[in-house]
Order: sequence, then C-alpha cells, then structure tokens
Amino acid sequence: MMSAEPAEPRPVSVDGPGALGLDLLLVPPRARSGWRVLPARVAAMCVVELQKLRHDRTELYTRAVQPALWLLIFGETFTRIRAIPTGGIPYLDYLAPGIIAQSAMFIAIFYGIMIIWERDAGVLTKLLVTPTPRAALVTGKAFAAGVKALIQAVVVVVIAAALGVSLTWNPLRLIGVAAVVILGSAFFSCLSMTIAGIVLTRDRLMGVGQAITMPLFFASNALYPVAIMPDWLRAVSTINPLSYQVDALRGLLLGTPSHLPLDFVVLIAAAAIGITAASCLLGRLAR
Amino acid sequence: MSDDAQTVADPGTTAGEAARDAVTCSDLSYSFGQVKAVDGLDLSVASGEIFGLLGPNGAGKSTVIRCVTTLLPVPSGMVRVFGHDAARERMAVRRLLGYVPQQLSADASLTGRENVALFARLFDVSRRERAARVTEALEAVGLADAADRMAGTYSGGMVRRLELAQALISAPRLLMLDEPTIGLDPIARTSVWEHIMAVRAATGMTVLVTTHYMDEAEQYCDRVALMHQGRIRALGTPDQLVADLRARRDDGSTPTLEDVFRDVAGSGLDEEGGEFRDVRRTRRTASRVG
Repeated sequence: MMSAEPAEPRPVSVDGPGALGLDLLLVPPRARSGWRVLPARVAAMCVVELQKLRHDRTELYTRAVQPALWLLIFGETFTRIRAIPTGGIPYLDYLAPGIIAQSAMFIAIFYGIMIIWERDAGVLTKLLVTPTPRAALVTGKAFAAGVKALIQAVVVVVIAAALGVSLTWNPLRLIGVAAVVILGSAFFSCLSMTIAGIVLTRDRLMGVGQAITMPLFFASNALYPVAIMPDWLRAVSTINPLSYQVDALRGLLLGTPSHLPLDFVVLIAAAAIGITAASCLLGRLAR
Repeated sequence: MSDDAQTVADPGTTAGEAARDAVTCSDLSYSFGQVKAVDGLDLSVASGEIFGLLGPNGAGKSTVIRCVTTLLPVPSGMVRVFGHDAARERMAVRRLLGYVPQQLSADASLTGRENVALFARLFDVSRRERAARVTEALEAVGLADAADRMAGTYSGGMVRRLELAQALISAPRLLMLDEPTIGLDPIARTSVWEHIMAVRAATGMTVLVTTHYMDEAEQYCDRVALMHQGRIRALGTPDQLVADLRARRDDGSTPTLEDVFRDVAGSGLDEEGGEFRDVRRTRRTASRVG
C-alpha cells in the first residue's frame, strides 16, 4: 500500500531530553485544586472568545445590524405613534434596554449550536479529557457567551446614544448593566446547551432555537409593558428570565422604576439552574 | 516523574514485568443497546512502549479509547491508567493523558500559539511559565515559524502536529492518538510520526495509538493488538505476529502485518464494518485534511 515510503529502522532513543529542547515539557504543571479550578477555566474560555473576536470582527458588525434596525425602524416609528404606554419616557428610550437584552439573547442561543459543532469537530471531546469538570466547562462557555454579549451590548448602547436615547453614564450603574447582560447570556446559552444535550443534532437544535427565541422575546417586557399583555401572556412573561433582565436594564440605564433585587435573584438563580442542567446533559454529547 | 521516565528506557522487551503498566483493562465490556462494542477485553500497555491498537471499523477500538480517556463510564470491568481508576479518579487520569482525537480538533479561528495556550490554561500551567512552555511545545513539533498564523491556514499535517503540541503541553505520561495520520499524504504521515518518535525519545512517554495503516504499525509500534468484535484476537510485536502466521501457514510465503490482520478479522469485513456515523466522521476528517 505504501511501498514508496522508505523503510526506516526503528528509531532508537539516543537523544537526551535536551536534544529537542523539551526541558519544560518534562514536568507536569502544578494542578490547581478546589475552588481555584472554576475561575481559571472560566478565564480560559473567556480569553479564547476575546481572541476570536480580535481576529475576526465580522460577527460583531453583522450582529449589530439587527439591533440597529430595531431601534431605527421599529423604535423611531413607535416613538411617533405613542401607542405603547411607557411611563412618560420616549418609546425609543423604553425600547433600547429591550434590544440590548434581545441581541445578547440571540448571541447566547447560538452557543448550543456551537457546542454541537464542537462535538462534531472533536473539540468537545478534547476539552472533556482535560482536568475540567463538566460544570466548569459549561460555566466557562456561559461566561464566554456573556463576554461576547457584553461587547455587543456596548455596540447597541453606542447606537442608542447616537439616536438620542438618554442613558446613564454612572459607572456603578454601568457595572450593574454588565453584570445583568452577562447573567442573562449565561442563562440563555445554558438553555441552548441544555437543549443541545437533549436533541443532539444541529438541525433539530436550529429548529428548536428558532421556535423558542421569538416567543421568549415577544413574551417579555422587551417591546411593551407587561401591563398591556393578556393574562396568559403575562403569566409566560413572569417565568421568562428575559423580562427580569430587561426590567433590570431599564432600571439601571434609564432610572425607571424597577425591581432590581428581585431581578438579580431571578437572573442568578436562572443562570445557576441553567449551568446545572447543561452540565448534567453535556455527557450525552460526548458519547 | 523522572523516575518513571528512567524505568522505561528499554520499551517493549520485558514489558509484562515492568514496575507499573501505563494502561490496564481487565474484563472490560461495553454495550450500546444490544450491540456489544467491547466484550470482556483484557489489555495491558507497558509503561514507555508504543502500543498499536488495530482492528477493522466497528471492532471496538474507539470504545476502548473512550473508556481509557474517561469519556465513557466503565459499566463492567476495570480500566486503570498508571494505577488510577478511569471510572472513579477521572481528574487524576486526565492529568496523565495527552489526547489527540481522530477528528481535526484544532480551532481554525485561533493562531497555532493560541490553540496551544488554551490547553496550557486548561492544564493549570502557571502564567509565569506559560509562554515559554507553549513555545517549546510548538518547537517540538516544528511549528515555531507558523505559530502566529491562523490554524485555519495550516495543512493537514501541520494541524496534526499542532494537536500534538496541544497534547504535549501538560507533560502527559500517556499520549493517546486516535488515527493520527488518517487522510494525510505519505510525506505528512512520515513527518507526523517522526515528531511522535522524537518526542517519545525525549520524554519517555507511553504512546497508545489506533491506526488502519498496517505499514505504520509495523514500522513504529513496539507491540500491537488486533481487535475484532470487541476482543483482542492477536497480541505481540509486529515481528512476532508475522512470524507466527508464517509458521502456521508453512507455505514458504512471507506474510505482512496486513495478512495477519486479514487472518484475524476474516474477509467478511464489508458487512459489519462501522456505523454510518463513524464512516461519515472518518470521511469528513479525511476530506478536511486532504
């Protein structure tokens, strides 16, 4: 079959370790243990995400198109109509936090597809053979989604500010905004990874992803206040973490009345449940 | 660590008596539903040897690899890696492993250096040491000049060597290579193997490799095991297996390892070889490499 290949004698180990300059690679690294593992893995995943964004910013720009259109077309039009009770603020201002949450969610929902792609490519198996507990791997991915969504949120905030939305520039509140965006993305990316662990194929996940993102968006307070919803939709909105995310963003960015403590509790709990569920199902993807 | 590197100075010869085996599977069975992928397998890989696990598609090689790499649970039997139970001490086992899966697993949207740095982080290489260690791993596989190019621009052989560097970053004692040269041209194959051999010579690590290329197994492996239908049907040095078959046939012909393979697996391979998913994955890998 491969007769053209020269028949080499079996190599004999004559080279000492120095010959290849492998001195450092002879000693295994000191293992982190206990609580130090999780932050280290999360940092590793976030670094990769930032490196990828640095190499290729196309996604950052293309993903800015949709929120920009929502604000420009939907926002500008509905501001004129004044059909939606916003509590006295221009509709564009009311809409901006909703669009931040929406664009973050759309990014996060993509993570399930990415993890299936990584499974097909062999990346996931290789990650699972590193000393990384599954929960740490999922948390890493969740926060990487958060970092990406955060950068996207900055773009949307800049667009909104350019359109004349009066946002806060209080650094403490902006840190709060960052936390809310990251927590929300962590939940939605875990939701997506959980579904990935159930359906196992990209095609099915695309279908499910499409089927849940729009309802999640419309059954929330992103576009209109909960008060004008029919009762059944209000019930859906009450269990929709996106509503709490938008409520918190509105409160922080615009200073409108909101329920910040409740919002944070719900978002943290949702992220924790999401991470747990996705970690439990990650093994199914590895088989 | 250095003690173990010393004890493996002469791999292959008195493997059985070596102080500690790198991998021991005893009575390992694994079923997917009704299908028995691995059926009461006993296997031991001596510390420091290059061990080839051969067999037709669907023979159960991948399942064994997955049990050793802690990806699958061990439902029945026992798998130990340097004495650690692969089912119970997963983290300890993973720290001893360098794993290169069959698929091309490097991230095309990162540079070679970033690809290796990720695994340095995942294996807790300290920040102080990281850059030097990553550079050393890239040099060891001959990618120092291409380190800052995107992995997406690498050739198939370069990607394999990059994955080798990723696996080496943690100074593993056991390197697991699943079809490392699948789909590569002969020159790239030779190059990948030369780097594996050089690293093995320098570090004394144990190498467990699966391959379909009998010529590679013959040339590079200290010992090979031929698997068929979830069991090991033949085990020994390539020379031994060939000599055994020659003695059995006794017709003056000189068989190759491929003949041994045919002898063990029978000729009806087409009917049972591999699931659709395996075949698709193999073809996909081959097309991405080529």
